[in-house]
Amino acid sequence: MTPGGALIMTDHFRVLIIDLGSGKSRVEQVDGRRQVAGGSGLAAQLFSMYGKPETDWDDPAQPFILAIGPLTGKFPLMSKTVCSFKSSYHNQYTESHAGGRSALALFFAGYDALMVVGRADSLCCVSIGSRHVSIKEAGFMQGMNVAGSGKLIRRMFPKSSGHRSILRIGPAGEIGSAMACINVDSYRHFGRMGGGAAMGSKNLKGLVINGDGHFSAPSGKEYQAVFKKVYAQVSSTEMMRKYYHLGTAVNLQGLNDIRALPWYNLQKTSDPAIETITGEVFADKTLLRNGACSGCPVGCIHLGFFRDKFKEDARYLYHQVPYDYEPIFAAGTMLGVTNCFDILRILEDLERVGLDAMSAGVALAWATEATEQGLVSEKETIVRLSFGDATAYQEAAWHLGLGSNDFYRLLGNGSLKAAAVYGGSEFACVLGQEMAGYATGELFFAAQSLGFRHSHLDTGAYSWEQKNSDKDVSGAVDFLMHDEPGRTFLTSMVACLFARSVYNNEQLAECLSAAGYDALADNSDVVGEHIRKLRWQVRISTGFKPEEIVIPKRFYQVETLKGAVDGSYLDQVKEEYGRRIMALAAVKSDTGPDEVDSKVDRSADQDSRK
Amino acid sequence: MKLLTTPRMDRCIGCHSCSLACARLIHKNLSWSTSGIRIHSSGGLSTGFVAVLCLGCDPAPCVAACPTGAFSQRQGGGVIVRKKLCIRCGECVKACPVDAVYQAHDGDVFVCLHCGRCVDFCPHNCLELRGTDDARRSFDND
Repeated sequence: MTPGGALIMTDHFRVLIIDLGSGKSRVEQVDGRRQVAGGSGLAAQLFSMYGKPETDWDDPAQPFILAIGPLTGKFPLMSKTVCSFKSSYHNQYTESHAGGRSALALFFAGYDALMVVGRADSLCCVSIGSRHVSIKEAGFMQGMNVAGSGKLIRRMFPKSSGHRSILRIGPAGEIGSAMACINVDSYRHFGRMGGGAAMGSKNLKGLVINGDGHFSAPSGKEYQAVFKKVYAQVSSTEMMRKYYHLGTAVNLQGLNDIRALPWYNLQKTSDPAIETITGEVFADKTLLRNGACSGCPVGCIHLGFFRDKFKEDARYLYHQVPYDYEPIFAAGTMLGVTNCFDILRILEDLERVGLDAMSAGVALAWATEATEQGLVSEKETIVRLSFGDATAYQEAAWHLGLGSNDFYRLLGNGSLKAAAVYGGSEFACVLGQEMAGYATGELFFAAQSLGFRHSHLDTGAYSWEQKNSDKDVSGAVDFLMHDEPGRTFLTSMVACLFARSVYNNEQLAECLSAAGYDALADNSDVVGEHIRKLRWQVRISTGFKPEEIVIPKRFYQVETLKGAVDGSYLDQVKEEYGRRIMALAAVKSDTGPDEVDSKVDRSADQDSRK
Repeated sequence: MKLLTTPRMDRCIGCHSCSLACARLIHKNLSWSTSGIRIHSSGGLSTGFVAVLCLGCDPAPCVAACPTGAFSQRQGGGVIVRKKLCIRCGECVKACPVDAVYQAHDGDVFVCLHCGRCVDFCPHNCLELRGTDDARRSFDND
């Protein structure tokens, strides 16, 4: 995969490796396309080759990996990048996914993956493209917020606006906060699990990926025909409407209606105050415009605005803030903030300091309840925290991101870490990491707690729970186990998961075949299962133990859409899910790499004749 | 004759679907750049997007600059490109006052042919093929 020529569907990946310790770079060919496809699979394979399971997350030798898939740049909504690293949150292997332009930029630059190892002597910015690797010292950016960093990076690397992707971190990443995100192209993020700290530990403040190369399109009529069919599905039908109309914010009303929306640190799951912060209200009052990831005509990015009067005369400033369901839950309902503009103000401050909105909002909700219960005071929180006080949360966002004192530095590493010192672990809303906004019931609580990314998108538990009311432990866990490989295969392509209804197995096979990857097209089930297992094996090698993950009491006390939580059922589901994950990773099954090889040999032969 | 115009760029969401379609369908490439229409962010993402494309000059300075006749005048504005005659000198790139001609690293040049294949790929109707009389006044945000 070298820019400027034909795409050759070889079995190897082209990986750019940058060593910030030495300042040297190299391009390596890594085998394994037929076994791990790309994206999630490639990231796990690279970590298994280069990662250090036994050493800490901030060991300079740990790799920071960005990986794309075999369909990136070739089909619509194949627009995401997988970022993998050893997490500062739990010191284990993890992944985070982001849209924006990074996926296509990396593809057009000619790489399947970018891996950064080593630590620069001082803060730096890196620019790569199809014909360059440049490392610039950037000590002058120390402590600089995300918005300011973006402006400076554009001046430092002035070419190709719109044809590049810019990743950068804020102060939170520089101090190693486990809630530090990576901002991607201003409005997207590698949000969860401390990706910003992984960059910060390498003294890497910004990364510019120039998509300045090109490839010949797959030959033949099949590719163009399949593209046309998929494009028609994503742009001309109602299939994607919920993502571009009100966006995911439409879920606020729906989840509140079924008592599944966390409020006030999950003390409630429904509240009449929802009427001021529904998806409709955000669209009517705050929506400024929409944006899109490159290669996606859906345009699901919703940019809201707020303006502030900064002088008594009519002098105003304004900010554009991306919003979605999850950030509104975290900076809104969890904190009892019910003014849409106030929510955007909090999100803007979290953005600037470089914190993941979901993690930070949930952590501040814990700190607020801890304040109410007298476990902490302004001695720790600096500003008095109380539900609904948006101004206080804006100030607290900066303290959390900057690590202003011991309390905030501890809280930035997780609510349960702070609770271990100050008390209040029973109401820390942590499911593996700070919870996602779905109080749908026992299965979701167990699934997020043990899920690979601790993401609501690891499995469809929240959706299954809304359709099934029985308490069948075996059936529920069977669903989780069967659901995961397909999602893993999709995140190895790397598709936006909003498109999972479009990219079913048959459609993926058609796309892969049209792009010249017959071996993958014929073996998606086997490869998906193999990648799922590989990811868990890598995670387990870095210390994952399901029995060590505790679900706080709050989740046993809350009322969800199905009524009071059945604690016994929750424990059984969690235990069984953990057992099945460990069994899956431990057993030498018939889905190992050798078996995948033998199953795809025939297809590989067909590839070579193309 | 019609020209490709961009009358509603204020609706653009930056999905690149138009330029990807041109590269894929006309030039048989996968690229943001080897396309007749290229979408750039304007002053950072926060202020929107601009489309860079041939404005259909008549006479076209790129035609005058081309030493081999690879670029010739298109009736009604714009150019006709005969790639077999191109020696990849890049004179057309330098001659264009609005950077509408893109030269790839291998020297190959790309410019809008005003065929309109990209128009249907825009999800928000930013683009439009218009008669040359209309087109003069409607390249951006009318």
